[in-house]
Parts: sequence; structure tokens; C-alpha cells
Amino acid sequence: MEAGKTVFVGVDIGASRAKAVVLGAEKDLLGYAVERSGTDFEEVSMTILARALEMAGVSREQVAGTVSTGYGRNNVPYARSQKTEISCHSKGCYFYFPRAITIIDIGGQDNKIIKLDEKGRRLGFKMNRKCAAGTGAFLEEMSFRLNIPLEEMDALARRSEDPVRLGSFCTVFSATEVLENIRKGKKVPDIVKGLFHSVIQRVLEMDALTEEVVMTGGVVAHNPYLVPMTEEIIGRPVLVPPYPQLTGAVGAALYAMEEE
Amino acid sequence: MEASKATVTRKKIEATAEMNRIMADYFYELDRASKTKEQKIAWCTSVGPAEILRALGFLVFFPENHGAMLGSTRLATEMIPAANALGYSPDICSYLTADIGAYVKGVTPLSRAYPGIERVPEPDVLVFNTNQCRDVQDWFSWYARKLKKPILGITTHCAVNEVTENIVRSVSLQMQELIEPLSRISGVPFDPERMREVLRLSRECSDLWKAVLDTAAAVPSPITFFDGTIHMGPAVVLRGTPQAVAYYRLLLREMQERIQNGVAAVEGEKFRLYWEGMPVWGRLNAHSQLFAGLKTNVLASTYCNSWIFTAFDPDDPFDSMARAYTELFIVRSEDYKEKYIKNMVEFFRVDGIIFHDAKTCPNNSNCRYGMPQRIQESIGVPCLVINGDLNDLRLISDEQTKTNIEAFIEQLEERRG
Repeated sequence: MEAGKTVFVGVDIGASRAKAVVLGAEKDLLGYAVERSGTDFEEVSMTILARALEMAGVSREQVAGTVSTGYGRNNVPYARSQKTEISCHSKGCYFYFPRAITIIDIGGQDNKIIKLDEKGRRLGFKMNRKCAAGTGAFLEEMSFRLNIPLEEMDALARRSEDPVRLGSFCTVFSATEVLENIRKGKKVPDIVKGLFHSVIQRVLEMDALTEEVVMTGGVVAHNPYLVPMTEEIIGRPVLVPPYPQLTGAVGAALYAMEEE
Repeated sequence: MEASKATVTRKKIEATAEMNRIMADYFYELDRASKTKEQKIAWCTSVGPAEILRALGFLVFFPENHGAMLGSTRLATEMIPAANALGYSPDICSYLTADIGAYVKGVTPLSRAYPGIERVPEPDVLVFNTNQCRDVQDWFSWYARKLKKPILGITTHCAVNEVTENIVRSVSLQMQELIEPLSRISGVPFDPERMREVLRLSRECSDLWKAVLDTAAAVPSPITFFDGTIHMGPAVVLRGTPQAVAYYRLLLREMQERIQNGVAAVEGEKFRLYWEGMPVWGRLNAHSQLFAGLKTNVLASTYCNSWIFTAFDPDDPFDSMARAYTELFIVRSEDYKEKYIKNMVEFFRVDGIIFHDAKTCPNNSNCRYGMPQRIQESIGVPCLVINGDLNDLRLISDEQTKTNIEAFIEQLEERRG
């Protein structure tokens, strides 16, 4: 432990996963932790803080500021202030890609498209409507229906030779379509790639992608095949920050640093 | 920024007690007439030809007002399924489905608000104007069939760009054709002098209501959109009466006093927003607190402006009513609407616009044909679209709304630097 070293903490309590990061004064990522959000946000926020600090090799006393974000942002007792995940993802992405960008964030329960100008100022944003189609929850439900572990879906999708086409508007109806494809004898990798395609389509329907595209969020972190698939569909390269699942938490830590 | 911990709320309006009194008188008078049959009752759409009905001696009941009461008391969501079961889709107007559902279930929020009133007043005739939407005609038709009562109406042009003389003539003639059958039902002969007097009172009410809403242009604003949705009650149900005129004089005085004394409706007003679309009736208080907690005043709206009828002219009653009821925002073309909203943004000096995309009210959800994007591009005012509904709370995600609104305010803060 480096005595006297000042650090900043960002905590992102999402609908599915809770993330904490510790940034040094030079904005260097010193530690992080990810856990299921569960039902007790306060408790999980304490757990991830302890783990992230341990990884960074610093103590609680060295934390100069903490900002929380995400669905459970108001349940982090040690956070000095709160920011929405829209602002924090913007901040985090602009930190890695300081130029005009369009951010696609695919989270556990919601998707966002955020547009920033060349100075990092937000021009606008959109969140998915009250429907989880095209989000992480959609893939979780499908992995359950197909009896495939969530972590195996990415590898399966990569093996697809003839992906199926699925509707993207409703998780329940998509599940019916999946069953129909199983009955038709379609291969599982082709169905999984069809599901990935459905996720991307849902996001692309939300807004026009006007600038360089950055993808973030846990779904991209765990299913990186979504990135080349998106590149193929939009015909442009897609940028991905080093730890896409942590981008919101990094943004929160950067806000903590600014507040200080 | 933490809205839920905030203690800022909007400032209470003193005149509210007087409004409550005249609204109670209005409903009790209707209830008495319904029970004693001493005076005829007409049901009318909220921007329908209420002046004609008053001039012919009817007491006038407005089912949309009842629909809004079902919404604000959060009874609507429980009532809607009963109408769905009768074949009225959950995707159509949730005023209609809530109101018909409530009738089927024998429920009315009037009973809660006004002890002694057990049910909505029974109509002798139902009169609609399709200027807002087709749903009102279907809504009234259900009651006409159910209660075996006559239904009359006016079919107004839609997506009107310019209100031409031909359009005015067409609507004016339809209004004049109502006189004979309505006079037969009420038993009151048409008196041109009485018509002029009602229209004069309606015009005065409208002018005063406009003056009240226009006070929001002051910085800080003395009034909020949420106040407007409540205080528009008399402009909807009592226009054409001296009570409404007297009430808006009182309210206007209070707002003017606030301006003179620099009193803000939302203390520490930091951001000023415009609301486009229907209110979320079951969340009026929650939304008011959310915005106030963010030191943001949603201070003006197209919705509250819908009861401004500047064209009313007592010396030319039918043509001027036809014009006034046709030149409303909801009747107009997308181009007209865009210009209108831009004018409002300038007049009220707002920092941004909230578009409410109400699932069951396509006619009053003006964000479905690229309007927010066009406005943002042309005048640079940030726009936010929130998904919800006027009455059906099943179509609302409070958490999503909150995150969207907080993120929007963060965006405005960032712009201001």
C-alpha cells in the first residue's frame, strides 16, 4: 500500500451487475470489481468497493471522492454525489476516445445511444422504451430457453454458418420464433447468431449513428463477437474501450476527480 | 444531483380554494339536475361546441374531464381492463377505456371528491367534435347506444395547415345544423342574444386564461405546467359562465403579484422547460416534485394552451366558433405545429422541451414524425422524449422516466458550463 496516495472511486450499480473502479490521480486504473447486483444494492456496493480497493492496494482513507451511477446510484452510502449512467458513460467513453462519438451502451436491462460533440459535450441521448428486447436481459432469457450457459453464447455465435433471422421487438415472441427454428432443425450456433443480430438491430433502430461509433456495456464485454457483427452491418469500424463493462464506473470516478 | 432527497416543491397557489369551490358547485349542480331532471344535461367533448349548449339552456358535462380525474386519482388503470373486455383495445385512448370501464364497474372519482354524488350525471344528449381525434366519437357512441340517448356531432378537418374560409364555413354550417335538434331536446328556443352573451363570457375566460399562462414568461416563472393542468379546470368545464371569468381574474392577480414580488413557483429556478403532449395524470405530483427537486420549472405547455380561443367573436358567433375550434394546435399540420412550438420556446425562454409520447394518444404525441430532431437541429434547443401514457400506468416505467429526466438536466447543466 502506498501511503498518502490519493484515489478516486466510481461505482456503477446496474440492473444486472455492480461495478467499482479505483482511479489514481493520473487517471490510471488501479483496481476494479464486478459482482451481480442482486437485491441488496447497499451491501453489494460495499463488497465491490472493498475488492476494488484491495486490488488497487489502497485503503478507504485514501479515497478522495466517490461518485455513484446506474440504476442503484442512490443506494451507495459512501458516494458523495450521484450522476446518471448517461453522463457517466459519456464521460468514460470520451476519456478513451476524445473526439465526436456516438456511444452504443448495451446493458443488462437498458440500451442507450448517446451522442457527444468533439469537446465531449452531450448533444442528445436515447434509451430503450419500457421493453427489454435487445438488452442483456433478452440474451439471458434466451440462454435459459436454449439451456446454454450465457458465457458460451459468444463462441457459439462465432461458429454459425447460416444465421437465422429473428424479430427484435419482443423477448417473448422472439422465444417463440426460436422454438420454431429448433423445430425446423436449425443449428444452435445459427440461432444464437440470430439472437445477436436481433440485439444489434434493436439498437440500430433507436437512433442514427452519426459519428465514430463506440460500444460499451457488459453485453459487449462478455459477447465481443457483437462488435465485428455491428461493424459488418453498419459498414464502419467500431471502437471499444479497454474494459467496456467498466466505462460507466470509470466515468463516475472521473466525475469524482473533477468534483475534488 | 439527487432529486429524491430534495425538499424543493412548487409553491402553493392561494386561489386553489376558490377553484375547488366553484368546481364543487359545478358538479353538485349537474348531480341535482341529473336526479331531479329539472334541467337538461349535455355531454360535450372538451373542445367541443360548449357555448351552443349553454346558450340552449343545457348544463354541460365533459367526459374528458372525468377521464382526467380517473387518471389523477390513479383509478384509471383498474378500470381500463373492463373496457378492453368489451372490445375496446388497450392501444386506444385511455380516457375512453378508463371512462367506459369505470361506468361498467359503477365507479366514479366524483364520489370521492364530492360526497353525495354516486354516479356521473345522466346525459339527455351527447355532442362531440372530432377536432381532437376520432376516439371521442366512438367514446360518446358507446354511451349513446348504452343509454339510448341521441348523439350529435361535428366532423372537423384534420392536419389543417391554413384555416381557410372553406374549412370555417364547413364547420360553421355543421354547428348551425345542431341548433334545431338541440333546441328540441332542451326545450329552449335559440336566442341570438344569449348566444352572444355566452360567447362573450367564453372569450373573456379564454383571454384571462391565456394571460395566466403567459405569466410563465417571467423569470422566475410564477406558475408551473403542473399548476396549469389543475387550474385549467374552470376553462374546460365552466367557460361561458361568469364564475370562470371571476376565477381567472383572481388567479391572474395572484400570478401578477408573484411576478411583482419576484416569487418563483419553483424556488431557485435554474432551468425552464416546455412540456409537449399530454400530462401523465397519475404522476402529476411525482413529476412536479422530480422537476422541482432539480430546480427546474416545466412552466408552459401546448396542452394547457388548448383552451385558448382567441378567435371567439360574439358578433359573429358561428364562424368565429368554427375558426376557434379548428385553429387549435391538435387540429393542425405538422409544419404548423413545428412553428407553433418554436414560437413558444422563444416566448417562454425555455432551455429545453420534454415530449411526452403517450402510448394511447397518438393525436397528442407530437414526437412521432421527427419533430424533436427537426426542432433541435433548427433552433438548437435540446429535446427529450419520455415514453408513458396519460392514464394507463401500466405503460409507464418510473425509473426510466427519472433517469431520462435527470440525465437531461445534467445535459443542460453541461451546456451551461
